Amino acid sequence: MIHNSGEAANERPNIIVLLKQVPDIEEVKFDTEKGTLDRSSAKAEPNPFDLNALEAGVQIKEKLGGTITVVSMGPPQAESALRDALARGADRAILLTDKKFGGADTLATSYTLASAIKKLGNFDLIICGEKTVDGDTGQVGPEVAEHLGIPHVAYVSEIKKCDKEGFVTVSQMGEYRYLTELKSFGLITVTKDINEPRLPSLRDKLKARKSEIEIWSVDDLTNGADRNKFGIMGSPTSVYKITIPSVEGRRGKIFRGTPDEATKKFVEELEKILKV
Amino acid sequence: MGEYKGVMTFAEQEDGKIHPVSYELLGKGRDIADKLGVKLSCVLLGFQMKNEVNELIYHGADKIFFYDHPSLKEFDTIRYKQNIVNLVKEEKPEIFLLGATHLGRSLGPRIAVAVKTGLTADCIDLKVDEEGNLIQIRPAFSGNILAHIKTKTRPQMSTVRYKVMEKRERDPTRKGEIIMKDAEVVENSGTNILKKEKAGEVNITEADIIVSGGRGLKKPDDFKILHELADLLGGVVGSSRPLVDEGWIGREHQVGFSGNTVKPKLYFACGISGSSQHLAGMRDSDIIVAINTDPSAPIFKVADYGIVGDLYEVVPKLVDVIGKNKNKVLS
Ligand SMILES: Cc1cc2nc3c(=O)[nH]c(=O)nc-3n(C[C@H](O)[C@H](O)[C@H](O)COP(=O)(O)OP(=O)(O)OC[C@H]3O[C@@H](n4cnc5c(N)ncnc54)[C@H](O)[C@@H]3O)c2cc1C
Ligand SMILES: Nc1ncnc2c1ncn2[C@@H]1O[C@H](COP(=O)(O)O)[C@@H](O)[C@H]1O
Repeated sequence: MIHNSGEAANERPNIIVLLKQVPDIEEVKFDTEKGTLDRSSAKAEPNPFDLNALEAGVQIKEKLGGTITVVSMGPPQAESALRDALARGADRAILLTDKKFGGADTLATSYTLASAIKKLGNFDLIICGEKTVDGDTGQVGPEVAEHLGIPHVAYVSEIKKCDKEGFVTVSQMGEYRYLTELKSFGLITVTKDINEPRLPSLRDKLKARKSEIEIWSVDDLTNGADRNKFGIMGSPTSVYKITIPSVEGRRGKIFRGTPDEATKKFVEELEKILKV
Repeated sequence: MGEYKGVMTFAEQEDGKIHPVSYELLGKGRDIADKLGVKLSCVLLGFQMKNEVNELIYHGADKIFFYDHPSLKEFDTIRYKQNIVNLVKEEKPEIFLLGATHLGRSLGPRIAVAVKTGLTADCIDLKVDEEGNLIQIRPAFSGNILAHIKTKTRPQMSTVRYKVMEKRERDPTRKGEIIMKDAEVVENSGTNILKKEKAGEVNITEADIIVSGGRGLKKPDDFKILHELADLLGGVVGSSRPLVDEGWIGREHQVGFSGNTVKPKLYFACGISGSSQHLAGMRDSDIIVAINTDPSAPIFKVADYGIVGDLYEVVPKLVDVIGKNKNKVLS
């Protein structure tokens, strides 16, 4: 296990935020006939939930001091998401980019991210988004925690307390709200509720434009990591077909006219369907 | 891979009560096990819940692995993971299923990594191909596409969305085997539950009828109009995200990608445009009714019934007409 030991270090939490660049979903084109999607048409942006993760980190830093390192795995273009993160308060940004990282499922993605975190060493808290808008699994966070052998709390909607002793989180699990203490260090995944990410100032944006983004490739991680576990090689799951959810089977009856008429006709239908 | 055999499901419990998704998993698991000609087993972790064990058998399990220990009374990711991983390594099921609940989605990934296998999130359908491999179908890209996924490692693991699989009819004459397991006790799991409380009174995911409002509403007070319809039909009120963000209504009412996934018998979308993020949370509703002034609103594409009109006129009218015909409509 790796973590920050020693009092002095604990007073200044080192926070790692995992952030992915994703396509703007509203702009991705889906071909209903062929069952394919064209991401190229869409603008890329930081995964919205990961901005909540970053904001949570910034708020802890404002309170306790410390540093925020943002780590992302993705194509070289993902640099822009990392620049955005620097403008929003991160101190250091690392992009894991290599053809050999490509085609990764959640197991390989989490392995790659965990390998980078091991290389970074010193950390007290890792913060992830609840899920990504493209992969949409919510698995990468807890999987990273397992690779590192550290505890995690998922679906955190509030950080009630953070100090030297650790963190107290509020998370929503089904019908219950849990107040959970994360005793020393670990990983949390956060929901939209946790905060409202602030917008970077123009000055910070300009500064971030000139900041360095560290680029790590497979070779930077292989000291301690297994090459065969990256990318498509390390991915046990694969998508072999894509289909578009059908709206067939929907009745698609539209009622127009005056509210009186439309409502009356609709209620007649409703009577029929509620009876069957 | 040959040594992996059988289907295993995870039975989720809270306060000693089995979560209904666990019975749905057994329903689907039973179908798959029968198709493959193998046994269906189920793992339950908890404390003092003997009667529930039999319920799992009545709903289709052949064999229950029961870990009965005070340290497993409440859900603790690391403690649960440790025991399930031990079992999976011992029993080597070819398929392992969990519910895609908050709990399942927090626990499943840790198990998958620990046993070095793939995990497919939030499946809405599971099939078996000619070679006996599991085909896992799940929404991705905020519900815009369905991905069909295969796993080359064993066990093939999936989390399965609540309320999409059928549970079997309870059969109290079914017989099965109950195996009491010795729990591995993890002293310090790194987390500690300080408090646990019921969150909000509405549980929109269980509702049969939902009347949702979106930005077509002009002020917070106007949710009253929707409440009237919901009350009349015995349903609850839902919301699109912008109104929740504005603080007009609590987060527990939000339907969609970053809110709740719902599957009611009847869903009313009033003044909701039908963004992909909203659809991601309600597109599996049995019947969708859209009320919108804009005939080109995307919500009409997924609606069974659409009323082009002003919700401020249409909804009160509905309340009026349904109220008068209440016995007829709600028989
Ligand atoms: C990461 C992410 C996650 C998100 N998660 C969610 C989520 O979980 N849930 C969610 O809902 N959204 C979510 N969104 C937001 C989503 O993209 C849309 O912005 C939102 O769903 C729009 O809400 P709306 O339909 O109420 O508002 P609008 O899109 O503004 O639509 C209002 C509709 O009301 C109609 N209207 C206006 N006046 C009337 C009237 N008097 N009578 C009848 N109709 C009228 C208009 O014609 C229009 O179609 C998410 C976005 C992102 C980026
Ligand atoms: N390629 C990636 N780079 C950095 N972080 C990621 C990546 N993929 C996933 N994550 C993190 O894991 C969370 C869950 O992602 P997912 O499992 O894809 O839904 C995201 O919100 C991010 O915090």
